Amino acid sequence: MTRTDAPTGPATLGQSRRGRWGAGSIWPVVAILLVLLVAVGIRQPDFYDPPALLAFLKRAAPLIVLAAGQYFVIVAGDFDLSVGSLVTAEVVIAARLIDGDPAATWPVIAVVLAFGLLVGLVNGLVTTLLLVPSFITTLGMYLILVGAVYTWTGGSPRGALSEEFRMFGRRGIEGVPWLGEIPYAVLILLVLGTLAILAMRADFGKVLLAVGDNPRAARLAGGRVAGVRTIAFVISGGCAAVAAILLGGFGGVSFQVGVGLEFTAITAVVLGGVVLGGGRGSVVGAMLGALTLQTLLTLLNLLGVAGALASAVQGLIILAAVAIGGLRART
Amino acid sequence: MLGVGKSFYGVPVLSDVDIDVHPGEVHAVVGENGAGKSTLMKIASGVHQPDTGTLTIAGRPATLPDPRAAQAAGVGIIHQEFNLLPERTVAENVFLGREPTRRGLVDRRAMRARTAELLAAVGAEVVRPHDRVRDLGIAQQQVVEIVKALSLDARILIMDEPTAALADHEVELLYALVRRLQARGIGILYVSHRLAEVFDLSDRITVLKDGRRVTTVDTADATPEGLVRHMVGRELATYYPPKAAGAGPTVVSVAGGGNARLKPLDLELRAGEVLGVGGLQGSGRSALARALFGVEGFTTGRMTLDGKAVRPRSPRQAVRAGIAYVTEDRKGEGLTLSQSVLDNALLASRAATPRWFPDKARTTTVRELLAAVEVHAAGADQEVRYLSGGNQQKVVLARWLAMGPRVLLFDEPTRGIDVGAKAAIHELIRDLAEKGAAILMISSELPELLGMSDRIVVMRDGALAGELPGDASEEAVLSLATGTPHEVSA
Repeated sequence: MTRTDAPTGPATLGQSRRGRWGAGSIWPVVAILLVLLVAVGIRQPDFYDPPALLAFLKRAAPLIVLAAGQYFVIVAGDFDLSVGSLVTAEVVIAARLIDGDPAATWPVIAVVLAFGLLVGLVNGLVTTLLLVPSFITTLGMYLILVGAVYTWTGGSPRGALSEEFRMFGRRGIEGVPWLGEIPYAVLILLVLGTLAILAMRADFGKVLLAVGDNPRAARLAGGRVAGVRTIAFVISGGCAAVAAILLGGFGGVSFQVGVGLEFTAITAVVLGGVVLGGGRGSVVGAMLGALTLQTLLTLLNLLGVAGALASAVQGLIILAAVAIGGLRART
Repeated sequence: MLGVGKSFYGVPVLSDVDIDVHPGEVHAVVGENGAGKSTLMKIASGVHQPDTGTLTIAGRPATLPDPRAAQAAGVGIIHQEFNLLPERTVAENVFLGREPTRRGLVDRRAMRARTAELLAAVGAEVVRPHDRVRDLGIAQQQVVEIVKALSLDARILIMDEPTAALADHEVELLYALVRRLQARGIGILYVSHRLAEVFDLSDRITVLKDGRRVTTVDTADATPEGLVRHMVGRELATYYPPKAAGAGPTVVSVAGGGNARLKPLDLELRAGEVLGVGGLQGSGRSALARALFGVEGFTTGRMTLDGKAVRPRSPRQAVRAGIAYVTEDRKGEGLTLSQSVLDNALLASRAATPRWFPDKARTTTVRELLAAVEVHAAGADQEVRYLSGGNQQKVVLARWLAMGPRVLLFDEPTRGIDVGAKAAIHELIRDLAEKGAAILMISSELPELLGMSDRIVVMRDGALAGELPGDASEEAVLSLATGTPHEVSA
């Protein structure tokens, strides 16, 4: 039995105008970011000088990297609450292992990266193989890391980071015309950001979205659901390690380095239009969310709002973003 | 309801529809998916507000700003998906949110007694007020939903595809229940794809097409052919494509394959052939498909594909071996609803054979497949959740066609799909067989099973009850499925 109306070729399905402002879209965060950037510019006109902008990006880089890592976990339907304490642990470990010795820099960087990936792998395997909800797995990992680092160092951080280690967070390529100094942190950010975008455009990213949307469907289509989710945790752990290297350069070695960063990263991801529970949102949105959050904190700082209130603002953002997302999904 | 119209985002989905229900009448509403049935039901039950037109209940104009107002006005609705709490008892579900109280505490005794009365009123004493909903079958859960509506003094009951989830023998029970409701003077708006049951039950039939009312006829004056013509706007010459002339070589063979849900069984799938699998719900039909696909694989016996030993232990292995599985639960485990049409169609290719860089040629192929199976969507980037059931199923088909499978396992391939799309899917299945694929098709709909299959196996209690030729009778299938002897008539 043949059909009289022959298939009309691939042109049958064109592009529709997809809900540009719907859940998962990046345009709301772009709009917020622009408004905030204008506000900062009014308050501090020299903010737009290239060197000042680059310095701002340098400060934002660790959070953007963390948000990118957190994005992979959240879009697959999980959470990674361990990144804050992982950052602290990495900085403290690096300081103790380097102990001021420049020659130890590169081996220790390798150790730091490997440890981040390993923590991510453990998070992923416990979540997917032992079927522990990721919220609990990573909360457990958070407590383990805090306790282990305290025990290992006997209560206060020892040693010191070498100048070579700190250069990634502090220095850059100097003497560039017009731009001034291009911070290494910004270069690292560019590379990781590009890799993240490529990963999400590759089949891995598409399957990750499918897993976050409907893991059963992804499995029945031949997907390695546990594998993909585990890789997301490994990416998050790796990003936390990179963020730790950058943050180690900025500030001193202390137990405070990473405190609260997991929630800041989750706030950034949600602000970027990524839906908690998985399946919707882009990694670009997540990174823009982090940039927006950093801009907001800068603005609050310029306006003389106390740091404590900044935390409250962060809380408001996460509630508002999720509530607005919920309202949009309902209509 | 008079002149009811409704637009979403400027797209009219319903325009100028008139429909009325008398007490004690069953008024069936039929139409293809996307004809506006669901929207009409949602307006009648207060979920949506009409843009134009008026609602009148018992002679008085009514506005139903929300479902609660509709309940208060005496309109009850039984959705395809039930809204029950599985861990609570029948009585607790019926009176959820308005439990009878005594001195501030829930009066369980009164609640149970009242529930028992209602159950008796609809002749469903089999269900007991203290049963936990989780332990009930689908048909019984449906009874609970109906009783819940009755407990709200519903005068009008809207039933949306009430038989979609029921096995054949449960349908009879539903019929009896509907007739009892009728006798109590309740007006019923009955939405269904299945013409047979519309003719069995209804007094009048309204046909919707493209958001408009085509006709309303007395059932006594209507014919199935006439209705189908109204629904699709064309005559369906034959319901089913012609069967295979002969089967090719064996593609899959199972010897002694069994697992926790299946008793060891022997099975052969041949190239060019549609093997139908009949049986009641829970008889192991889906378990068989899922074992072949490696979801819950065989733990005993041997399985070969094209002569080579394979025993998939995961869907991934099965997909890579050339097996495809179209699940009966399209939304629950077939589609990723928030992703686009194109992403859904590409899912198997991407998941089973991932690449590091976007594969343009593969995307082009899948776009062509989507066009070839005639998926109708606003665009390839539209979220698949907004498609009708038929179009969603075609997206799933395109997904598997992209893999060029040797074996396709269909579990209720046309469940919840309108007549037009159904015929298209039947043709696609037959077309695949003609191109040399081996096909296994599970169906609860006997006409479909008999119309499509070249050979039929019937399952009962996790075992193969027997095999029948493709031209067997409905009675033969049913007797094997239920285990009742049946007089073989020539």
